[in-house]
Amino acid sequence: MAVFVDKNTKVIVQGITGSTALFHTKQMLEYGTQIVAGVTPGKGGQEVEGVPVFNTVEEAQKETGATVSVVYVPAPFAADSIMEAADAELDLVICITEHIPVLDMVKVVRYLEGKNTRLIGPNCPGVITADETKIGIMPGYIHKKGHVGVVSRSGTLTYEAVHQLTQEGVGQTSAVGIGGDPVNGTNFIDVLKEFNEDPETYAVVMIGEIGGTAEEEAAEWVRDNMTKPVVGFIGGQTAPPGKRMGHAGAIISGGKGTADEKIRIMNECGIETAATPSEIGETLIERIKKEDGLYEKCLTVK
Amino acid sequence: MNIHEYQGKEIFRSMGVNVPKGDVALTPEEAVEVAKTLDSDVYVVKAQIHAGGRGKAGGVKIAKSVDEVKEYAEELLGKVLVTHQNGPDGTEIKRLLVEEGCDIDSEYYLGFVIDRATNRVTLMGSEEGGTEIEEVAEATPEKIFKEVIDPAVGLMPFQAKRLAFNINIPTASVNKAAKLMLSLYDVFIEKDAAIMEINPLVTTGAGEVIALDAKVNFDANALYRNKDVVELRDFDEEDEKEIEASKHDLAYIALEGNIGCMVNGAGLAMATMDTINHFGGRPANFLDVGGGATAEKVTEAFKLILSDKAVEGIFVNIFGGIMKCDVIAEGVVEAVNNVGLEIPLVVRLEGTNVKEGKQILADSGLAITPASTMAEGAQKIIAAVNENK
Repeated sequence: MAVFVDKNTKVIVQGITGSTALFHTKQMLEYGTQIVAGVTPGKGGQEVEGVPVFNTVEEAQKETGATVSVVYVPAPFAADSIMEAADAELDLVICITEHIPVLDMVKVVRYLEGKNTRLIGPNCPGVITADETKIGIMPGYIHKKGHVGVVSRSGTLTYEAVHQLTQEGVGQTSAVGIGGDPVNGTNFIDVLKEFNEDPETYAVVMIGEIGGTAEEEAAEWVRDNMTKPVVGFIGGQTAPPGKRMGHAGAIISGGKGTADEKIRIMNECGIETAATPSEIGETLIERIKKEDGLYEKCLTVK
Repeated sequence: MNIHEYQGKEIFRSMGVNVPKGDVALTPEEAVEVAKTLDSDVYVVKAQIHAGGRGKAGGVKIAKSVDEVKEYAEELLGKVLVTHQNGPDGTEIKRLLVEEGCDIDSEYYLGFVIDRATNRVTLMGSEEGGTEIEEVAEATPEKIFKEVIDPAVGLMPFQAKRLAFNINIPTASVNKAAKLMLSLYDVFIEKDAAIMEINPLVTTGAGEVIALDAKVNFDANALYRNKDVVELRDFDEEDEKEIEASKHDLAYIALEGNIGCMVNGAGLAMATMDTINHFGGRPANFLDVGGGATAEKVTEAFKLILSDKAVEGIFVNIFGGIMKCDVIAEGVVEAVNNVGLEIPLVVRLEGTNVKEGKQILADSGLAITPASTMAEGAQKIIAAVNENK
C-alpha cells in the first residue's frame, strides 16, 4: 500500500480538454494511472487520449466507478469544480489549479465539512505513489518505489527531495503536495497521520516554507504521535518580511511564520532539518542510519 | 494589492460604513477646496502612502483653520515620509486626505483576516485602539477578542454585538458598532479583501461609531472579478521591476544582492535564494517563472533580471514538472541572443524533457556553465561573480 492512492485508483480529470490538462493526461496515462473519465461541461460524448469525456462529475462517477478526481480547471471556476466532485461523493479531489481566490477556498473548505471527500491542494503538484499511479503534474521518472513518504507545500522542492532520494537508492512510498495556498484541504498533520499508519512507509520527509504555523503544529504532532523518523526542510530563510514569495501562503506577517521559528520548533520536536535543499536526501539518510537496519531496508532502488 | 486610506474610506462610505467626511487632494489648493466643503472647526490632513505608522512619522496634522490646512498641505506634499514600515528610503507624499475632525471619546481596533488555522474569515477586536495589533498581542493578549465567521451565513449580529461588548464599547453605542462591523464584513466579501484593519475605530462624544482609518489589502487572485478595485492601484507605491514583472505574470521580488535568480516554482525559488546565501552569495531577486511559462516569458524574465544594474551573474535553476526543460532552454538561448549577455550564467536543469533541454543549451554555442545540483550551481555562480571582480 502507500497513502491515498494506488495502482487500482480510478481517476477522473476535471477540465480534461484544456491544454495543460491534456498534456498531463497523456503523461499520467503513460505512467500507468487509470484515467477512466474526463469532465468538461458541454463536451460530453467526446473522447480525448482514448478517455471518455462527460458533462458532469456525477455522470462520470456513475459510468466509471471512479473514486478520485484531479482538477485542472482555470482558477475562476476551480472552486466550483471541487464542490462538484464532493457532491458526487468522490473520496479524494486533488486540485492542481493555482491562483484560486482565497474566499472561494474558504467556501470550499466549509462545503466539505461533514462530507467524506478529502481535498488535497489547491496549488499543488498532486499525489504520486511510486511505480503505481501519478495523479498530478510531477515528473514521474524521478520517483522509485520504496519506503520513504514525502509531504510538501512546494511542488518543485518535492521533486528536488525525491530526486535526491532516488539518486541515493532510497525509494518512496508516496509523495503528497499539499500546496502553497493559505487555505487548503489537507495539512501536514493529515498526511503525517497517513504515513504513520502506512506499514510500507518507514520514514518521512516534510518540506515546509515561510508563512502560517502549519509546520510548527505538525512538529508538535510528530513529537507526540509519530513512531517513524521525520526530517525536514523549510524554504524562505532569506525571504524579506511582508513580501509574498510567489505562493499566496508564503508570507511573513506580523513577525509570524519565519523560517527560523519553524526550524527551531521542528528541531525541538526531534525533526532534523537540512541546511540547504541539496542536503534533504543526505539528512534523511543520516537520520535513518541511526535506526538499526533501517537504512538498509530503505535501499530499494537498484 | 494595497490601496490608500482615502480609497478604502470611499469604498466603506459607498457600502454604509460610517467614516469622517473628507476627500483626496493632490495640491495645497485642492486641500483648501476640500476643507471649505467640510462643516467643521477642526480638520485633519493625512499623508496618503501605503505604509503604516504615518502618524508617528509626522504624516498626520491637525489644522484649526482652512489657512492651516493649506500650510500643512504645502509642508507635506512632496516630502519623503519615512515610517517604520517603508524602510530607510521612505515614500514621497503625493496625495493627501483632508477630512473633518472628530470628537473622539474612545479608540478601538477592528481587523478582518483570513485565519489559516480555521480556514475562516475572522474578526478581531481590541480596546487598545491606535496601537498596532502585534504589540497588543505581545503585551496584553487577553485584550484581543475574536469571532470566527461561518461563510455559509456570514458575520451574525450576535457575534458583532458580543465583540462590541467584549472590547468595552459603551452600551449605548453597541448596536451602531455592530452595524458597522456587519457592513465591513460585506465589504470584505464583496471586494475580495485579504486583510482589513480599522485602527482606530472610534466612539464620539455624541455616541457615534466611526471608522477613523481604513487599511485594506485585496486578494490578488480575485482582482479579475473586482475591476473597480484594480483601478485603485497606485503604481507610485510599487517597485518598477515588480510592476514590469506583473505585466508578464512573473512572480518577482527585488532584493539587495548581485546574483540574479530565475527559478520555476515558488518553493524552489525561495530555496535557491537560501542556497546562494548559504554559500556566501547574495541573491538579487526572487523570481518564479511559474508553471506554464513559454519561451517568450523566459525572455521577459531574463530582461527583468538584467534591468537590475546590481546583477553581476545569473543562476537559472529549473526542476521541470509542469514546466518543460526544453522550453526553458529555448527561452534561455533566445534571451541570451536577444539581450547579449555579458555576465556569467549558470544553468541547472532537471525534470521533464531534461535531455532535450540540456541538448539545446549545449548546441547553442553560448557561454553557459551547466550545473547538476542546486548547491553546485550556487557555488559556481558565486565563484564566477567573485572571479570577475
